[in-house]
Amino acid sequence: MKKDLLSISDLTRDEIYRILETADAMREIGTRPIKKVPTLRGKTVVNLFYEPSTRTRTSFEIAEKRLSADTLNIAVSASSVQKGETLADTAMNIEAMSPDMIVIRHASSGACHLLSRICKSRIINAGDGMHEHPTQALLDAYTIRQHKPTIEGLKVAIVGDLLHSRVLRSNVLLLTKLGADVWVCGPPTLVPRGMQQLGVTVSTSVEAAIDRADVIMMLRIQQERMQGAYFPSLREYFSLFGMTSARVALAKPDVIIMHPGPMNRGVEIASDVADGPHSVILEQVANGVAVRMAVLYLLAGGVEDEVAA
Amino acid sequence: MPVVMDANRIGRTLTRIAHEILERSRGIDDLALVGIQRRGVPLARRLATMINQIQEEDGTASSAGPLATGALDITLYRDDLRRHAASAQPVVGRTDIPFSIDDKRILLVDDVLFTGRTIRAALDALIEFGRPKSIHLAVLVDRGHRELPIKADYVGKNLPTSLSQSVQVRLVETDGRDEVEIQE
Amino acid sequence: MKWLLKGGRVVDPANGRDGAFDVLIDGETIARVGRNLPVDTDTQVVELPAGIVISPGLIDMHVHLREPGQEHKETVATGTAAAVVGGFTAVACMPNTSPVNDNAGVTEYILKQARAANLARVYPIGAVSRGQNGEQLADIAELRAAGCVAVTDDGRPVATALLMRRALEYTQMFNIPVIEHCEEQSLKGDGVAHEGFHASSLGLRGIPGECESIMAQRDISLAELTGGIVHIAHMSARQTLDAVRYGKHRQVKVTCEVAPHHFILTDERLGTPTPYDTNAKMNPPLRETADRDAMLKGLADGSVDVIATDHAPHHYDEKHVEFDRAPFGITGLETAVSLCFDRLIHAGVISLPRLIELLSVNPARIIGVKGGALTEGAPADLTLLAPDLAVTVQAAAMVSKSKNTPFDGWKLRGGVAATIVGGRPVYVNAAVSGLALLSDRPAAH
Repeated sequence: MKKDLLSISDLTRDEIYRILETADAMREIGTRPIKKVPTLRGKTVVNLFYEPSTRTRTSFEIAEKRLSADTLNIAVSASSVQKGETLADTAMNIEAMSPDMIVIRHASSGACHLLSRICKSRIINAGDGMHEHPTQALLDAYTIRQHKPTIEGLKVAIVGDLLHSRVLRSNVLLLTKLGADVWVCGPPTLVPRGMQQLGVTVSTSVEAAIDRADVIMMLRIQQERMQGAYFPSLREYFSLFGMTSARVALAKPDVIIMHPGPMNRGVEIASDVADGPHSVILEQVANGVAVRMAVLYLLAGGVEDEVAA
Repeated sequence: MPVVMDANRIGRTLTRIAHEILERSRGIDDLALVGIQRRGVPLARRLATMINQIQEEDGTASSAGPLATGALDITLYRDDLRRHAASAQPVVGRTDIPFSIDDKRILLVDDVLFTGRTIRAALDALIEFGRPKSIHLAVLVDRGHRELPIKADYVGKNLPTSLSQSVQVRLVETDGRDEVEIQE
Repeated sequence: MKWLLKGGRVVDPANGRDGAFDVLIDGETIARVGRNLPVDTDTQVVELPAGIVISPGLIDMHVHLREPGQEHKETVATGTAAAVVGGFTAVACMPNTSPVNDNAGVTEYILKQARAANLARVYPIGAVSRGQNGEQLADIAELRAAGCVAVTDDGRPVATALLMRRALEYTQMFNIPVIEHCEEQSLKGDGVAHEGFHASSLGLRGIPGECESIMAQRDISLAELTGGIVHIAHMSARQTLDAVRYGKHRQVKVTCEVAPHHFILTDERLGTPTPYDTNAKMNPPLRETADRDAMLKGLADGSVDVIATDHAPHHYDEKHVEFDRAPFGITGLETAVSLCFDRLIHAGVISLPRLIELLSVNPARIIGVKGGALTEGAPADLTLLAPDLAVTVQAAAMVSKSKNTPFDGWKLRGGVAATIVGGRPVYVNAAVSGLALLSDRPAAH
């Protein structure tokens, strides 16, 4: 493993499998009466969150606590960023207290890279702007593997706001690396330029994208980011791209439906689909803890390219 | 490098240990075997099978059915993880103890007893699953050089070694054949 | 006091010279240029080492000196010091200072600071609109009288087509160009990088090339309508160059410039070697390979008129932030000549006389200043070039107040040997041997 986990591109195929297999062992810990192992005892993990996030922060915190790390949460509000110290200064201050790992969520793409250049601590990207959210993609892959014998050759359709989604970017990198047939779908106003170069099929027809799909991954429509009028109305969006039971019927009978959360029911996904038999959305949440434990554990080890890093 | 135990010898040794366990246990209803990943796990299974066979031959089969066995991975309990190792983290294996250990007599099984640190970790790990009545230890090979006050209750073979040597146990289940080899 | 430069290759495209000529300097002016000029007793002879090129002084018509108002980034003194190290005898500075150079008071202040620094010549450029607000024309006659050589709202485009039309009409009274920073602002939005594969995969908001070319098309059309002179600044997109070619074809008074980073780097730099390097963030952004190659082609085929650096110094603290929060811009004065030699001359893209047209002849013509030629009686502004000098770019060693360059550590072939302004050597490169006599020359004034 490299020093940090900033992007799925930091991981080889073997390292991805290693994380998923370690997550298997970690999941068992969550079934014990005492859900805790002493592995990271004496290690300090700082959760540095520049964006509000209940799900990801909680998931990391539980993972850290199950591994007996000492955890510290720092939540920085957007308003205090405007008038407060720079990220570089915050990083140097945290670094001065020598934590072992920093988990960072930030609204700017590449903020974790800046942190990584400043800090000796291991950095885990918990979402940077529109760039990546690698642990989400790992837990998605883990969830898929619970339902499908292998990821290779699966048709995975990712539907929604492709432009602003960090979940999309990490999932595309990971799933193509593991040999899935990845389709991405959204209104043309929300398709980033040059997506095809990432080895995916781009479609603006949700029917084509999910046709005989093994996995459907819905992306959140970030209403707060829709100020640019990317589509006329949520109603029209739902009629064109919303995941309904009628559409799910186009996919394979054993299709699984995923969503990174938080969901906008009735915008990108109908409630009966979100709560229906194909939905694995809550499993994703449960698996998040195990996958993050695996990442924390594996990153706590030595760094193969320490000299280079 | 010298092979110090071959398949035949390993088989006979395990049979002897199985007999010893039965003799000393005076009833095995509350006995359960827990193998330490990786090679302790097949050894625990073999011992359980042997014990059950001996009982059937003797007509003393337990009413509780076959002996319970489990697998314990101690990686997350190792005491060397907190040092910043230069190498990558060790692979974490599966822990699978499909029964309550409360009030059971647990027999830990491992292939080689060396410094005692693995057993220390295993005791910590096991205790988090409940409160067993007792914990005993069976190993195929005791090579000496203890660093902790730990002693095995059942030993297949005492093998005097130097610290520069290593002892490699191979089992059919994990390595394709049964043998114990000393490597320089 | 006279002195004679001997042994150099004079490249003076304006006068059709390229060869071994002597240059006789008398005080502040060029007295004679010729072969084997006679030496009288009060003439000091400076024998140049082999291989030195004598060029008319280089002129960078697009720099940000940041004074007044942002002296933590650069001052007229440090900016002109960087200029002469980079071989530039003159720079034209942009009006987006604080306060904006939209009145004679600011212009005169800049010129006063330039006289005090006494290094490169400084030609201020005034604002098109008062406060660069895009609403009302600045007092352009007053700016011109105070010494401004052009007007621009650089940093942003002239806000409306109507205002641009007025500016192109009004400036005809003074025969000065309107320099345009082409950017259709609604299309730019909050973009921070060229819209393409690299920005998409790094999750950076994109700025398409059309954001620039749409505005260039507007301005070229308005120049055609009005007969005014428009100069397209820091071109980056291939579509913009096409628009300029179209305008030139229709005899519109349009010229254009390109910065070294836009004919050398591409948006691949956003991700490698340092992901999210804020020194790869400038406006217009680094574009894709097809754009970079189009710029090289434009330099070679004559469509591009000028190489200008868009020297945009920013303090370390301002750049040491998240990519989307960092200001746009990089420094350029101290790297331009070496980059041009290495990537244009030694790479066989253009000839040395063509490079000197781009760096001296054409900028002098466009902003209507003396220079660009080694003509007898002209000010003795000369740049001595060392085409084969091995240069390693060292940001930390730069004399500019700011070190925000993406070229740090680059090894390049070709550089500046000395810079002479008004007959006075203001910079002599210690790395070039045999120039001691130049260093020893007392200041002429």
